[in-house]
Amino acid sequence: MDGIMSKNNSEYLIERNDNIYEVVIGLEVHAQVTSNSKLFSSSSTKFGAEPNTQVSLVDAAFPGMLPVINEYCIKQAIKTGIGLKAKINNKSVFDRKNYFYADLPQGYQISQYKYPIVGEGNVILDMPEGQKQVGIERLHLEQDAGKSIHDIDPSNTLVDLNRSGVALMEIVSKPDLRSPDEVNAYIKKLRSIMRYLGTCDGNMQEGSLRADVNVSVRIKGSTKLGTRCEIKNVNSIKFMQMAIIYEANRQVDLIEEGKEIDQETRLFDTKKNETRSMRSKEDAHDYRYFPDPDLLPLEITDEFIDQLKSEIPELPDDKKKRFIDEFKISPYEATILVSDIDTAKYFEEVVAKMGKNRDMKLAVNWITGELFAVLNNKNIEIAHSPISAKNLSKLINLIKNGTISGKIAKTIFELMLDGDIDPQIIVEEKGLKQQSDPKALEALIDKIINDNREKAIEYKQGKEKLFGFFVGQAMKASGGKANPQLINEILKKKL
Amino acid sequence: MTEITSLSLFELIKNIKEKKISSNEAAKSFVDRSQKSKKLNTYVTENFENCLKLSKEFDNKPNFDLKLPGIPIAVKDLFCTNEVRTTAGSNILNNFVPSYESTVTQNIWNEGGILLGKLNCDEFAMGSSNETSFFGNVQNPIAKNLVPGGSSGGSSSALAANLTPVTIGTDTGGSIRQPASFTGTVGLKPTYGSCSRYGIVAFASSLDQAGPMSKDVKDSSILLEVISSFDKKDSTSIDFKRNNYSSELTRNIKGIKIGIPKEYRVDGMPGEIENLWKKGIEYAKDCGAEIIDISLPHTNYALPTYYIVAPAEASSNLARYDGVKYGLRSSGESLIDMYEKTRSEGFGEEVKRRIMIGTYVLSSGYYDAYYLKAQKVRQLIKKDFDDAYNKVDAILTPSTPSSAFKIGEKSNDPVSMYLNDIFTVPVNLAGLPGISIPAGRDKNNYPLGLQIIGKPFDEQTVLNIAYSMEEKINYKNNITDWWME
Repeated sequence: MDGIMSKNNSEYLIERNDNIYEVVIGLEVHAQVTSNSKLFSSSSTKFGAEPNTQVSLVDAAFPGMLPVINEYCIKQAIKTGIGLKAKINNKSVFDRKNYFYADLPQGYQISQYKYPIVGEGNVILDMPEGQKQVGIERLHLEQDAGKSIHDIDPSNTLVDLNRSGVALMEIVSKPDLRSPDEVNAYIKKLRSIMRYLGTCDGNMQEGSLRADVNVSVRIKGSTKLGTRCEIKNVNSIKFMQMAIIYEANRQVDLIEEGKEIDQETRLFDTKKNETRSMRSKEDAHDYRYFPDPDLLPLEITDEFIDQLKSEIPELPDDKKKRFIDEFKISPYEATILVSDIDTAKYFEEVVAKMGKNRDMKLAVNWITGELFAVLNNKNIEIAHSPISAKNLSKLINLIKNGTISGKIAKTIFELMLDGDIDPQIIVEEKGLKQQSDPKALEALIDKIINDNREKAIEYKQGKEKLFGFFVGQAMKASGGKANPQLINEILKKKL
Repeated sequence: MTEITSLSLFELIKNIKEKKISSNEAAKSFVDRSQKSKKLNTYVTENFENCLKLSKEFDNKPNFDLKLPGIPIAVKDLFCTNEVRTTAGSNILNNFVPSYESTVTQNIWNEGGILLGKLNCDEFAMGSSNETSFFGNVQNPIAKNLVPGGSSGGSSSALAANLTPVTIGTDTGGSIRQPASFTGTVGLKPTYGSCSRYGIVAFASSLDQAGPMSKDVKDSSILLEVISSFDKKDSTSIDFKRNNYSSELTRNIKGIKIGIPKEYRVDGMPGEIENLWKKGIEYAKDCGAEIIDISLPHTNYALPTYYIVAPAEASSNLARYDGVKYGLRSSGESLIDMYEKTRSEGFGEEVKRRIMIGTYVLSSGYYDAYYLKAQKVRQLIKKDFDDAYNKVDAILTPSTPSSAFKIGEKSNDPVSMYLNDIFTVPVNLAGLPGISIPAGRDKNNYPLGLQIIGKPFDEQTVLNIAYSMEEKINYKNNITDWWME
């Protein structure tokens, strides 16, 4: 891609004719609230059910049906707000956003417009060049619409209302993001926080997390925001990044050609990798927002908020700090371990099971190295890891106390995968225990020196490189089981 | 003995409890009379056979502990009734049969009431004469070609014609009280939040309230006791302590302070309304009440405020009638075309007018000037009443600025039609209880009503004043059965 330059890893700049442009991005993330029932009805929210099997009279907007707020969803939104270090508003209002569509049974979406439940907050991103704070403008609750299906029947559109009325949190960021990499980090951090809180499962494949992406460009250094375009409903991080790159370059091209950018809503075509105009500002809907008279303003007391605050688990930023302080691991390692709640849980369990004589370095390396490799290869979540934290901690302890070498440990690790087998049992059954008996090793080494007299003399004359040769011979003779440290010591003495 | 159909609800219950009349006999009487009264066009959907069957079942296994033991009752067709067609007076719901029951009607069936049928009303309760119904005009039994009021016009007509012992209506801007006034009957709009709106086809959610309509005040107290309940299915339902309205009913209103708002003396009000009001004041005094002049300074703004708030909410509430899920669907080339055809054919002129007004006042650029301002004025109107209630216990006004008019007389003049609600609308805007009781007649011998407005949740005082004045006024409808062959 021509004209794209980058000073450091996550910056994204576009250069055209000596002008350097930066991209300004704001996201409206739609996160499905983790809840068994919908925002204003008791229907199930379970994913993947047969069409129109999870629809109440309220969801289908039958005459005389009234919405009743699901208190659990309110709690979830407040918890998320707390996780975003945001202001929780004591009073918020549900509004009707009026528009006609076949999968919008009421003819309006119940949302929050002027008075959202959560106000300003922020999220910290861990970028390679350091931390970056992204502002949160607001979080509000709203209903999801149903689904229009155009490709089953040749002449009709079919409507599935299972999703109709499901609670969504719309999390609006400030225009603080500057690159596709930052967008990636932001979405992942948001998802991480919500998964810690249990307020959104963050499953993008099932549509639990999707975003409208606002993109504008400006000459780097300028403080004025350019005209933005909103790319609607993008449902993967990869597509968000592709859409941003396409859209930013399109806008820069327009500016360079001396043309105006129209403020408009655009769609991202994932097949063609391009954004397309959906509707211009002039065609924008007039949603005729007004407070929903079926619902009273939502009043939340400070006591209620405090109660929820006391239920908030340790969040990624705090956990990271604690991991660094308590376990003396590096910030980089801590970032990796806390990014996903299940990874953090696994790590902490391994640490706990290792006991007093724990080795953090080994624990971090085995989890982020061998275990991650297996999980990636097999596409398994760590929550369903084929090796339990308990058995991994045993393996690490076997290395730590010298029972096995690191090399043998890798062999054992492979064997453990087949049904989470206790490494101790493998060591015993396969006789893989490290040889740490000095007498036996001395005999072994004596034999090797004897068999390689000439090399031993060369070594003594100063050819120090040959030391490695003797180590290798000793390990080979022991079938890899010799304690490398002891081999070193004995060799040094004997040679 | 008097005919069963002309008994009050209280008398009918008494007779049934004393086994002088069976539920089935009562049902037969009302069904027979209803069948002979088709010219009034009160029923949209009859439930006669089922009513007779259920009344027999009641007689076979009677439960006289219930508050409405085996009593047949017809209801406004705005209440959704399980497996009985519910149209809201509209073509767009012409074929709609709910699979659920409104809370208010369920309360009635739970106390032994039996559904006689669904009564005509203005389309989506938008109207003051029952002339906007897709199912045609309703005749007022008082005189030929006279409107019964609206929107609960089928209810007031059926009640005055003795086709049902009592009935229920809904009141968004006067839709219970105005038709009661036009037919010489009693109609009570309870405090907003007293009766659940669950299962009532919505017109304007922040104003809609169901209430009893009856031949006398005591009957309204009995019915209110049954229908008023806290309901978790309606988020605007209020959990307050409800009285046993009928057993606590008393004519002793000595020392009660009744306010007379000077702003209700509107320009062009007929002399006979003015006289009725004066007479009402005398009756109240005779009953032992203390009369106090009060001011409700923002009264003038009530009607314009109402005609912004109500259509705004209606325009949104009626968006669900789009041909997609239930009700009428006209075929179209595309989704938009189908919407346009369905809604053009499904809605009548008055409903369309209000949807247009409502859409307009909510539009960006107009919202602040109309809707937001109207909400502010609404608060001022409410405050007027709050201030007044520091001095008085209740307020007495005429129910309507005129008596019933002829069918067709105002149907081409919406503003003149809207003016009918000038005395009732402020009560809805403030969410207060209000009752209309028959209090006299105009020069044509058409009934005229007086309205008593109470404090929030103080239906008991409103009923007591009405009960006391009713005795002094001693009004009796003179129905000639002119519509029967």
